[in-house]
Amino acid sequence: MTTPDMRERIDGFPTHRIGPYRVRAGRPFPYGATPVPGGVNFSVYSDGATTMSLVLFERGAAQPSAELEFPPEFCIGSVYAMTVFGLDLENLEYGFRADGPFDPARGDRFDAGKVLSDPYARLISGREVWGTEPDWDNIYHYRSQVVNDDFDWGGDQPLRIPAEDLVIYETHVRGFTRHPSSRVSAPGTYAGLREKIPYLRDLGVNCVELLPVFEFDELDNPRTDPVSGERLYNYWGYNTVSFFAPKAGYAATGPFGMQADEFKTLVKELHKAGIEVVLDVVFNHTAEGNEQGPTISFRGLDNATYYMLTPRGEYYNFSGTGNTVNCNHPVVRDFVLSCLRHWVAEYHIDGFRFDLAAILDRAPDGTPLPNPPLLEQLAHDPILRHTKLIAEAWDAAGLYQVGNFPNYGRWSEWNGKYRDTVRRFVKGEPGLVGELATRMAGSPDLYQGRTSSASVNFITAHDGFTLADLVSYNDKHNEANGENNNDGADDNNSWNCGEEGPSASSHVRELRLRQMKNLLTILLTSQGIPMILAGDEVGRTQLGNNNTYCQDNELSWFDWGLVDANAELLGFVRSMIAFRHAHPVLRTSDHPTGTDRVGSGYPDVSWHGVRAWAPDWADHCRVLAMMRCGRHAKSGSVADDHVYVAVNAHWEAHDLELPALPEGQRWHLFADTGTTVHPVGAEPGLQHPWRYHLGAHSAVVLVGRTADRDDHQTQKENHRGF
Amino acid sequence: MAFDVRLRINDKVATIELKGELDASTAGEFHETVGKAAGAGAVELVIRAEQLGYLSSAGLRSLVFARQKMGDGVRIAVVGASEPVARTIRLAGFDHSIDLVDA
Repeated sequence: MTTPDMRERIDGFPTHRIGPYRVRAGRPFPYGATPVPGGVNFSVYSDGATTMSLVLFERGAAQPSAELEFPPEFCIGSVYAMTVFGLDLENLEYGFRADGPFDPARGDRFDAGKVLSDPYARLISGREVWGTEPDWDNIYHYRSQVVNDDFDWGGDQPLRIPAEDLVIYETHVRGFTRHPSSRVSAPGTYAGLREKIPYLRDLGVNCVELLPVFEFDELDNPRTDPVSGERLYNYWGYNTVSFFAPKAGYAATGPFGMQADEFKTLVKELHKAGIEVVLDVVFNHTAEGNEQGPTISFRGLDNATYYMLTPRGEYYNFSGTGNTVNCNHPVVRDFVLSCLRHWVAEYHIDGFRFDLAAILDRAPDGTPLPNPPLLEQLAHDPILRHTKLIAEAWDAAGLYQVGNFPNYGRWSEWNGKYRDTVRRFVKGEPGLVGELATRMAGSPDLYQGRTSSASVNFITAHDGFTLADLVSYNDKHNEANGENNNDGADDNNSWNCGEEGPSASSHVRELRLRQMKNLLTILLTSQGIPMILAGDEVGRTQLGNNNTYCQDNELSWFDWGLVDANAELLGFVRSMIAFRHAHPVLRTSDHPTGTDRVGSGYPDVSWHGVRAWAPDWADHCRVLAMMRCGRHAKSGSVADDHVYVAVNAHWEAHDLELPALPEGQRWHLFADTGTTVHPVGAEPGLQHPWRYHLGAHSAVVLVGRTADRDDHQTQKENHRGF
Repeated sequence: MAFDVRLRINDKVATIELKGELDASTAGEFHETVGKAAGAGAVELVIRAEQLGYLSSAGLRSLVFARQKMGDGVRIAVVGASEPVARTIRLAGFDHSIDLVDA
């Protein structure tokens, strides 16, 4: 047998010349710009264009250095593809110019006067340094660049932590370390976040969920602060400019075009620390806005393909931001799928949280689909097979799908009902004991037939009050956002504990601290995936602002001084997370049934009130206790202790009767939000074997296990105390 | 300063001295030199960077190239890099491939 000569490809030379550029017909796949031997392959799709040109710039130049029109023979289907030889990748910026009809009523908005960004651009220049005013007369703002996807990953891969074992920490790349108190070498960047990995590891979270990191323009907010007159930003970044490119302004090395490397290094180091990375992705709308918005890319390539349009060619606005991405159009489905594959394959991302995901199941005319092809495709895609998919299962046009988002056995949901129930119960509203029990058990009413990982439990998120503000403000205080306090949610289910805003009263402050601990106790002992908002573990305040999307300042940034100032709360959160990791009975995947499925003599979950085995579901009741039987941990596959969690949202203390444990076991005190928290595994035995005095607005967590030697010692001491 | 690269091999220790700017246009020359060092069986590679003015994305990748070309068993030290060059190497995460050493 002869071995074929594979030394040299025969397509690595030009066949045509356009001006000084040597080119040949390119490959239509993959879309975008791909380095190939000797050159770069460019490929772009436009169904309605009459002509298409590749526009080349030297890096930062005001005017293009060349425009190469795609010859007709370089077009296959409606895809224009060309390989250009001899380009200097580091100094190259490129875009496309598409000519075609401008007929909005038919959906066409071609504009040959614009240079368009490549929808598949892997790197974008133009906003490399956060907040720097650009030249607004620039003819091309968001400039596509070519990148070598040759990062050295070593042995890294997505971690595949079982979903039920996750503790998610939602944070903002810039806000996490931008505050001067962070003391990192490059504040507000991927590199800065990397320096804080030890903090995350000590906290015990095993997943960070990053607010949008796809390239966006922080300067696209026209508003100013009504008092200072200072610019307001698009700080959160929910207005994507380019879906395949990491935000350059989040990279200390962005000015050198190394944002991809810096972000990948962050992911790799987080993985080394056992922490997954979930990205908050925004496919429901783009930064092009409505008819008045800028033409950046999609609008000028195929407006009617990428956006949902009314029969008169106007933009549907299910996102509340001007336009709506036409997610279930076959071309757009392909785009979304390629994008997610790119982030998993190239960046080793572990999961995605989809902003306003209900839009992803709307048909091109806006009708919700029972079997949306995009969601089905994502659920079954080979590359995304083990990627976490989390839906914010509602949109801005009233489609609310918590509990019935089309899931294909794959999708989890932000459980908004969990948030509302826990908030309302803890603030002391009546009539919620039954619903709280359901939420703590993983919301089986919403997710029947699915695992409890379908529910991402949270009390706070970037959108809304922080935890400290939830217990410090009855009303939102968004004046600084420049909309006369009309923006942001009005329905916060918050309680200020007696005084609006900062308080000098020790009573109010102690109550607030306890309330924060009560909320976190419920969150971290509930079945489902808990999510914590960054900074809540140290009592971060936004001074009552519940919509800081535009506030790039101390209002939003993580103040690291709080780590010492609120060390008690931080210690409590660390302990609660450690407790969750130590007790698989809290992380069981199957919903509990209230029956004994393993012959332990105890049901997997049981409910109690002031009297053991007698929960009080009455409207006026504000006490609920839950006991989890450790023999049922992970459906009986691992051994664990009994865990008892009681929450008293009443303004009076109660003596609780504790359920009896199996012979030889006794209750040990892990945490009481009114008194103390003990190290996991070193919990002291209770003084009284079956009674516990729980203070007003307090929660307690007990562990039922065999009495050990230390316990006997404690018992003796207790005995002497009587 | 024009780019210049020189290789010395002493007792299995290869020393590459860089001058000027290491970027896409000069990385090829550097790669060839690294290849020679690897071919000579060097067990340690010292990159003298005191006179290196600028390191672009392609230049940084050259350090990873050196790591992969030399193999994991070979120590690679970048000596005397200026603070801006060293900072870029650290922030982008390339300091995991090499040792950054003061002159």
